[in-house]
Amino acid sequence: MTMPDPVEVFRTEAAELLEQIEQGLLDLEHQLDDASLIDAVFRGLHTLKGSGAMFGFDALASFTHHCETAFDRVRKGMAPATPELVHAVLAARDHMRSLVEQPDQEDDETGQRLLTQLQQAVADGGGAPEETAESAPEANSGAPAEAETVSAAPAAEPVTWRIRMTLPENAMANGTNPLALLDELRDLGDCEISVDTGNVPPLYRIEPSELHLSWNVRLTTDKPRDDIEDVFIFVMDDMELSIEQEEPGGAPAQATPAEPQSADPEPIAAAEPAAVAEPAPQASAQSPAQAPAEASAPAVNAPVQETRQKRAAENVRVPAERLDELMDRVGELVIAKSRLSQIAGNSIDVQLRSVSEDVERLASELRDTMMVLRMVPVATLFGRFRRLIHDLGRETSKQIELVTEGEATEVDKTVIERLADPLVHLVRNSVDHGLELPGDRAAAGKGEAGRVTLSARQSGGEVIISIKDDGRGIDRDRVRAKAEASGLVSPGQQLTDQEVMQLIFAPGFSTANAITNLSGRGVGMDVVKKTVEALRGTIDIESTLGKGSEISLRIPLTLAIIDGLLVRVGSGRYVIPLSAVEECLELSSEDDVRSEGRSFISLRNSLVPFLRLRELLSTGTEPDPYQKIVVVSTGVERVGLVVDQIIGDHQTVIKSMSKLHNDVATFSGATILGDGSVALILDVGHLVAAGQQQEAQLRKAG
Amino acid sequence: MSALATEQAVGHWKHADEIEVLTFDMGRETFALEAVIVQEILDLLPETPVPGARPFVASVINFRGKVIPLADLRLAFGMPAAEATIDSRIVVIELLLDGEPTLVGLRADKVNETTTLTKEASEPPPSLGMRWRPDYIDCVVKRGSDFIIIPNLKALFSGADSRAPAAEAN
Repeated sequence: MTMPDPVEVFRTEAAELLEQIEQGLLDLEHQLDDASLIDAVFRGLHTLKGSGAMFGFDALASFTHHCETAFDRVRKGMAPATPELVHAVLAARDHMRSLVEQPDQEDDETGQRLLTQLQQAVADGGGAPEETAESAPEANSGAPAEAETVSAAPAAEPVTWRIRMTLPENAMANGTNPLALLDELRDLGDCEISVDTGNVPPLYRIEPSELHLSWNVRLTTDKPRDDIEDVFIFVMDDMELSIEQEEPGGAPAQATPAEPQSADPEPIAAAEPAAVAEPAPQASAQSPAQAPAEASAPAVNAPVQETRQKRAAENVRVPAERLDELMDRVGELVIAKSRLSQIAGNSIDVQLRSVSEDVERLASELRDTMMVLRMVPVATLFGRFRRLIHDLGRETSKQIELVTEGEATEVDKTVIERLADPLVHLVRNSVDHGLELPGDRAAAGKGEAGRVTLSARQSGGEVIISIKDDGRGIDRDRVRAKAEASGLVSPGQQLTDQEVMQLIFAPGFSTANAITNLSGRGVGMDVVKKTVEALRGTIDIESTLGKGSEISLRIPLTLAIIDGLLVRVGSGRYVIPLSAVEECLELSSEDDVRSEGRSFISLRNSLVPFLRLRELLSTGTEPDPYQKIVVVSTGVERVGLVVDQIIGDHQTVIKSMSKLHNDVATFSGATILGDGSVALILDVGHLVAAGQQQEAQLRKAG
Repeated sequence: MSALATEQAVGHWKHADEIEVLTFDMGRETFALEAVIVQEILDLLPETPVPGARPFVASVINFRGKVIPLADLRLAFGMPAAEATIDSRIVVIELLLDGEPTLVGLRADKVNETTTLTKEASEPPPSLGMRWRPDYIDCVVKRGSDFIIIPNLKALFSGADSRAPAAEAN
């Protein structure tokens, strides 16, 4: 196991931060005056800047610094948050992402343009004009100065603050330098710093890397309180900090603790000794000697810190490949379990049987747990559409409202990854082709804002993800005309409603009269369809002209394990995905004999053609006396598959076939049976297509 | 590691004067595979034929929970089919196919030994006197009075791939 590349770690972290910033900004767009959101975005920017500089992403760090500087003005209330500002910062965020991904391809021009835009957004919002003038040249200089430049706030009277700071014991090991913090405080104004050595343990217990000192600082400055807090912004979560203003008389007038949620420090300070009295595992990791000092200081951060630690412990980041590996192992275990239960079933040893039953139960529980591990809520997928809708709205000058439903629905992570692109395309389509301009909407008697609904729900072994809009709907006549013009269907050909709709997934099909900026980039609708089919899913379209359309993707919950029907054909065993199976019946000898000329049976008054798998798979064996028909649905039609024997249902762990068998389309994969032998999984769609081909050849020859 | 191994399998002698190989018999010939690509030698396992696959890789086996193709060099070298004997084995090797490490089983009538072959004794495939496709053979190594054939696995497996579309078109 090698250490992960630190730069890669930073990239992952940066990606998360950028995600957070984006979500924060999008939330902010709706609640422009929410100070906590502004703070969250600011913190994200600040951390990104800090770690960016640490890992040598200098371009990123300096660009982010300027954004942070501009955003800081909003945070300090010197400029209001506006939609323009949110948009500017979003655009800047995208630039940051490209700086993270390709630090070498630094694009100064874009960076400058974005910064100017950002500064305008801040300035237009009503900030003092001279502020902009001051920060603009600074932006050009690119010097990563600290945030003070902007904090030339309305010059206040010098105020004296009493600051008491206690860093956690492991602070130095974690890379915090208390002296640097003190230096920063010194920069703010006149400082008297005294060190409190009360907590230093006896010499024989001192660990050289641990920090036991506290500092008391008396600072006289004309800077606001926020500037003092900013000094501690990186360490605030873990440390104890109290900042009190000193009245000219000398007594502390206002005792506001660092964390805003505890307006009254007294009860918490009282609760603190109790918390120390019964040391929790984390509490004992901290120095017990600190307790008396803590009790005297308004220590409000410790409980907060504890909950933070708990939250951090709940999530573990694991590379996806390791999950896949684990899945493989579980698959093997399921197979071994089947073998064991087969042996136990043939044995009279009661103990063996009971052990086998235990193993069986455990293995299936383990499998279920494993499946859950791979599941991620679709919220992660839907999250990125907020941004897309935001951008699309601006590009098309349509008003769009995005509604998401069922975000808690969980889907296999592979499915989510592969669905992202098709969904983006479908949403773009809905906005571009579906939704009308506000004027047209008003004329049609609809609200001006178009609505796009993304929803996910689980139904049986499938998850249904649908994209619904209340736009103009699909014009079937136009689709048809277009399809005829491009030769996809012949004029006058009878088509069902669904068939007409499915035409929009044909390669090279587009009803847009003019290619806009939105359509025509990325994947086409045919690629959407292919991707969904590769996930063994299907697409349904519903649309009412003038009312809107709904496109539903039905995707199986997982790609790793399916329920299958195990059948025997000749001497080989095959798995038919149970989701495709409609029913099983016996092939009567009457139908069997008659099928020399025609191969279909009558099933509840409808004709169902059937294929003999023995012939299709050329097993070269004699048919069993009582053959069975498995009726499967390919989505379009029902087809019967004639097999020799139906063995039963089978939990199928899907193993992909190697590249050497890529040319065999009849099988979508393989699985391993309880006795260790391999069974192939039939790809029903391809199988039926192969059958049709074979028959066409026979007809030609005959 | 495996990528490196496969690279070496193509130009065995590029880096060293000697290579470690595993020798095995097929028909009346002795073949050698570079030892580093060999994963495991198995007794015969139940095979599952894949209808519609190319005869060269007509079946799959279960190798430690993985489904891997089983290739028969006999067909590539035009040897007559033979019954399995008590000495028959499956040699599992790892190959890089289209940049992806792939496990493949190779049938062997008898696995002999691991040994060292030297560069001096090796010769490129002769231009005459061979029914086999010359690109399937990397080189021939003289050993005592006999010859050991080192097959060109890359050509064997990717060559089989490139022929596939043509076969399908018929």
